[in-house]
Amino acid sequence: MAGAALEARISEWRGFVARGRIDAAEADELESHLRDRIEELRTAGLDDDEAFLVAVKRLGAVDALSREFARANSARLWKQLVAPAAPARGGGLLSAVLLGGLAAAAFQVLRIARTAGAPDTGGGIVDTLVLRSMPVVALLALVIWLLLRRRSGVANALAALVPLTAVTAAVDSYPLALSSAALVLVLTHLPVALWLCVGVAYAGREWRSTQRRMDFVRFTGEFVVYYVLIALGGAVLLVLANAILGPVIPGIADGLLQWGVYSGAVWAFPVAAWLVESKQSVIENIAPVLAKIFTPLFALMIAAAVVVYAVLGLGTAFNRDLLTVFDALLVVVLGLVLYGLSARVDGRPERLLDATGLVAVVGALLLDALVLASLAGRIGDLGWTANRVAALGLNLVLFVVLAGAAWLGAAHLARRAPIARLERWQTGCLPVYGVWAAFVAIALPPAFGFA
Amino acid sequence: MRIDKDLVAAVATPLVLAILAEGRSYGYAILARVRELSGGELEWSDGMLYPLLHRLQSLGLLTAEWGASPEGRRRRYYAITDAGRRALAEQRSQWATATRTLDRLWRSAGAERMPAIGGA
Repeated sequence: MAGAALEARISEWRGFVARGRIDAAEADELESHLRDRIEELRTAGLDDDEAFLVAVKRLGAVDALSREFARANSARLWKQLVAPAAPARGGGLLSAVLLGGLAAAAFQVLRIARTAGAPDTGGGIVDTLVLRSMPVVALLALVIWLLLRRRSGVANALAALVPLTAVTAAVDSYPLALSSAALVLVLTHLPVALWLCVGVAYAGREWRSTQRRMDFVRFTGEFVVYYVLIALGGAVLLVLANAILGPVIPGIADGLLQWGVYSGAVWAFPVAAWLVESKQSVIENIAPVLAKIFTPLFALMIAAAVVVYAVLGLGTAFNRDLLTVFDALLVVVLGLVLYGLSARVDGRPERLLDATGLVAVVGALLLDALVLASLAGRIGDLGWTANRVAALGLNLVLFVVLAGAAWLGAAHLARRAPIARLERWQTGCLPVYGVWAAFVAIALPPAFGFA
Repeated sequence: MRIDKDLVAAVATPLVLAILAEGRSYGYAILARVRELSGGELEWSDGMLYPLLHRLQSLGLLTAEWGASPEGRRRRYYAITDAGRRALAEQRSQWATATRTLDRLWRSAGAERMPAIGGA
């Protein structure tokens, strides 16, 4: 049997492995493998030291290994099978910064042309044109950057850019007043519809693959984290600039808003995407932790809300504002569960997380049923408006998605369905959100007279 | 002969599934079986097998449980599921088509124009 010196070296190796991203059960499995290999080599006549060194070498570099484990849920894994993976790709920063700058400049030109060209007809229609073009320009820059970085072919570029242009062109001519409900609908739904185009640019020809869609979900979550960080930094900068220059230059706040905030908001899109792509290892560690912390908390909050509303009833408290809050909550829960799903490591059981996720989904499903019932009542009493159509559609889509997720999540917990089926269901639903959002943004404002 | 890494990657899933279809096994034994079957020509870094096993497990093609080796050490055993057998049957017919097609070319009338095996 193995000598004390060999045991010491094996435990030293264990310690080294544990510092990587390999958890205890996986390390146990690797250690078992290592011992088998050492045993075989010793039988073949090698001494302890030689056997240990050869066995460790055969197991592969620990860095490469932990990288493989960390990425085990991405389909690209086997490409680095024989030659260990290269470090994360660099480059792309310059193109992101330049493209962001270009997009910011284009947006400013557009803003000035639009505010100068058209006399304000009242109702702030010109202002809303500016407001509406900002996400379009920003997302266009993001799509182009992704296409350039992926060296996508013409077909893929067209598949991303044509719908983006078509949806934008359809919506751009709408006269939407600043206070209209239609503007809110367009501003909230247009970016969702266009984000689907970002997904097409991101996934390329593999857009049907569940793994690739999961990658895109991960990309979306990390993009939001980086974008918020950049926005926080920018806000501190501009608030301080306003505070220090405001007393001497009156009216600088407007200038800072129009030139600083608007440009920065557009510029940050490709830059945040670059951060996601090249600094993946930084955020990769944070995001699953965030999902693990917040999924139970949201599950608790949802369960509390279900109990409260079940006891007290929705009654008269239900109005447009509360409906918006409910929908926002449902979307956040769905996003969180989806993101938690994308952050899991293959083969590692996460029963606690799965269970809390299921509680959140079932709670959201109950709340959604409550909302649907109240909404149906309101539509019966007060008739259809653009807002109610949008809300009804959104809640129906959410209901179907949540019901499927609850069913498959329960089946997974009961060990009757692999997690992959839940993943396939969730990622399969992704295009539906975009298509529904495009429908709301394009069809509802004219149908209800842009009110 | 060193086999192209894309080909090794493509072959790995059916190989692992087929070995487990013979009976439940563990990582080290699976690798030993691959080496034995291929005469040592189809090999990859030991540690890269486990991410594949975990991936197949999460797809529901394998199940895994901890057991003990004859010497009493902890060991993780993998077994193929019904879904895994279906996936294997599917892979098998795909591979049969691919090899049959290539084989016809190698053996066709123009076979003398093909480079000889080992002559590349």
